[in-house]
Amino acid sequence: MKGNPNPKANHHILILTYGVVLLFVGLAAYFSYFLLVKSDSVINNSYNARLDSFADRVVRGEIYSNDGRVIARTEVDGEGKETRVYPYDSLFAHAVGYSTNGKTGLEALANFYLLTSHVNLVEQVVNELSGQKNQGDSVVSTLDVDLQKTAYDALGKRKGAVVVMEPDTGKILAMVSKPDYNPNTLAEDWSHLVAEENTSGQLLNRATQGLYPPGSTFKIVTALEYIRENPSNYKDYTFDCKGIYHNGDYTIRCYHETVHGHQNLEQAFANSCNGAFSNLGLLLDLNGLKNTADQLLFNTDLALPFASSKSSYTMGAGADTWQILQTSIGQGQTQITPIHNAMLAAAIANGGTLMKPYLIDRVENAGGDVIKKFMPQSYMSLMTAVEASELTEFMGDVVTEGTGSALRTDAYTVAGKTGSAEFETGKETHAWFVGFAPAEHPRVVISVIAEEAGSGGQAAAPIARALFDLYFSK
Amino acid sequence: MINLIIDISRYLMILLIALYTYLNFRFFSFSDEIRKRKICRRQNFSMFLIHLLAYLIIWLETEDEKMLVFYVAQVIFFFSYLFLYRLIYRNVSRLLVNNMCMLLTIGFIMLTRLSFDRAMKQFVIVAAAALVTFAIPFVIDRVWQLSKIPWIYGIGGILLLGIVCLAGTSSYGAQLSLEFGGYSFQPTEFVKIIYVFFIATMFYRSTSMKTVLIVTSVAALHVLILVASKDLGSALIFFVTYIFMLFVATGKWLYLLAGAGGGTLASMLAYQLFGHVRTRVSAWLNPWADIAGKGYQITQSLFAIGTGGWFGMGLYRGMPRRIPVVEKDFIFSAISEELGGIFALCVLLICLGCFLQFMMIASRMQAVFYKLIAFGLGTIYIIQVFLTVGGVTKFIPSTGVTLPLVSYGGSSILSTFIIFGIIQGLYILKRNEEEEEKYEG
Repeated sequence: MKGNPNPKANHHILILTYGVVLLFVGLAAYFSYFLLVKSDSVINNSYNARLDSFADRVVRGEIYSNDGRVIARTEVDGEGKETRVYPYDSLFAHAVGYSTNGKTGLEALANFYLLTSHVNLVEQVVNELSGQKNQGDSVVSTLDVDLQKTAYDALGKRKGAVVVMEPDTGKILAMVSKPDYNPNTLAEDWSHLVAEENTSGQLLNRATQGLYPPGSTFKIVTALEYIRENPSNYKDYTFDCKGIYHNGDYTIRCYHETVHGHQNLEQAFANSCNGAFSNLGLLLDLNGLKNTADQLLFNTDLALPFASSKSSYTMGAGADTWQILQTSIGQGQTQITPIHNAMLAAAIANGGTLMKPYLIDRVENAGGDVIKKFMPQSYMSLMTAVEASELTEFMGDVVTEGTGSALRTDAYTVAGKTGSAEFETGKETHAWFVGFAPAEHPRVVISVIAEEAGSGGQAAAPIARALFDLYFSK
Repeated sequence: MINLIIDISRYLMILLIALYTYLNFRFFSFSDEIRKRKICRRQNFSMFLIHLLAYLIIWLETEDEKMLVFYVAQVIFFFSYLFLYRLIYRNVSRLLVNNMCMLLTIGFIMLTRLSFDRAMKQFVIVAAAALVTFAIPFVIDRVWQLSKIPWIYGIGGILLLGIVCLAGTSSYGAQLSLEFGGYSFQPTEFVKIIYVFFIATMFYRSTSMKTVLIVTSVAALHVLILVASKDLGSALIFFVTYIFMLFVATGKWLYLLAGAGGGTLASMLAYQLFGHVRTRVSAWLNPWADIAGKGYQITQSLFAIGTGGWFGMGLYRGMPRRIPVVEKDFIFSAISEELGGIFALCVLLICLGCFLQFMMIASRMQAVFYKLIAFGLGTIYIIQVFLTVGGVTKFIPSTGVTLPLVSYGGSSILSTFIIFGIIQGLYILKRNEEEEEKYEG
């Protein structure tokens, strides 16, 4: 044999061996990280058929309201037949969802927890030996029965949606969508609900999936962009409102052609003066407005833990005058979901920082021990604290001076914005209200849309009023 | 009642495999033979107990007597394999034989659970491969010509790869195998071995610039043919193995760095040129974007691993068959799903343990030829493990490589038996030498 051309061969083998070992340490660490941290969110996926097989060994757990009232439970009869029961019938239809014909809402979101049992070991063994299933973990939601019921009743027979949430945590306290369905009889009603001739869309959760023209609630975005472009002199903007604003061949009307007269930015916002905002829109940098809208999560998948639609804002540079006039007041092509509108108001209420909306507060085993607790998480910062406080002031004026008079009370102060969104000529407008209270130190945010109900101030604001009244009477 | 047995044995099996893995590494800290032998016996005990528990569950679940017969056949096989190896070669590395048997056991358990027919086929191939490869240490010791025929290795390898590239049947977009009357055969698995022999025979003669250029060209040709066959996993294995062997043979860091740079460049080029590379990469970056389509396999694998958790769902309680080609490329996910994440990690450590043994043997060999062979084969083995486990856990893009000795596949089994046989041969050679020196000295 010849001499070794590489006298340090063993040393080099050692180095490469170390390299490989390091690679495997990385692989093992990644694998462990996946199992420890990531797997929970990964496996709770409707494509993961494995979860369904859990039901063979576990009785689906219960879902509670934030004060511990049962809003979904599974009853097992003598023969072991399981029935999912929703004591409040349709009250929580979209928020809690259903688990018979597929899964939606909390039933989908919490599926993994509900089908996982953490009952104690002795009980597990006893159940096993006696051939019984283990009781699945319960999920305590952030939903408040009273707020939900008030929102549900206040919306009445109208189509629409209500979202109530805490701006500083992101907890969703109420989420109502109408028309609805009764989850207790879903299986029987299914064929009717999905029938082609049924155009009511009962199964659609309008709160998160309904796309509406934002109407005047979009003036929040327009105003924010104007403030950003004119930080030192936005207060100098003035407009003389004659009820109808003419620009070339185009006309923009204020609601019921109300003549607002001389308006500065704050007054125009409070009175929801369409003329003033259309005119202001023509002064804006359209790319800037598009950027602001994008930053405020238009055209963005909200990445919520439940099904949601993307709000859309399409106007860019090169738009014609009519488009600009329309878009500045929330008409035109722009569309928004009620939850997105609630999130925008929540960010303003929380000093510019949006908290991630969530529905599950904690997971408990059948004995009531906490298995997992969910903490508020920051979603992202949507604007500066200064901008947020300026918008809060504007929104305060809406209530004290302008269209939000239905929310004037000594009990608390509300900051909000009404909207009356036109969607089809000859039909009543959709009524919007988004806002929060107390304005000085916001604790609760509300977003209301009532379809074809008239003006935001007259149809949507009273619904918010009922909710604020209840919230602050507690 | 079955559930209770599954639950208890699930934890027991994890405990046993953990013990086995611990012993595997503990082994190296002892130098006296008696304690080493004791460790090996304990490993055998753990292995047979895991095997017994698993087949107990399999039998309870299937209530099929065939399973019992199959179990007994396997026990007989393992006993005779462990016993005969020591009988024929006194100086065999028992640890390495144990590890082979352990990995085979895990493979049999999972395959039986997934598909009895395939497990049976696998068993027949394993038994045949075991029998044939018994001769390898003997051949290594006596046939000197092995180091004298580089061009037979080089040209043979390229011819075989070329045939596969042109005439191979394609599966999942890559030409991998040749069909012979119903049997498919994957020459690449064997070319890997002769490729290492080619490099070793060339470099042990000379590491002059001229030789390096020649060997590099031949190695590059291998890699290019594999790329043309769209077998990128193998291309990567061949490439890295060559760079590593070149570095160890010449000791020049420049080659290692140039190799790393060239590899990076080639990967970027491959990404630009090949649609299926882009598909794999995008399925790796965000499989959730297309769960039902391109991301299906990897997301199903992640569901399996995630749902199984640390302790696994228990045999027959998961849905490993939802993962396409689970018994080949994705067997690791099935293990993790049903036997648990801890169990899977132990499997990974056992594979790493085999590699460390290979490297130790490589270090102890004085002859460059043997050193390079041991090192090259060890590298081939461990890259393969890394690619398959990394791929199914989404650590790296999936490359479609099997887990040696565990995954289903005749060619893979036979070639891995050959690799382990050669290493075993080198180990025996060395030990015999040392013994002679002792007696003479």
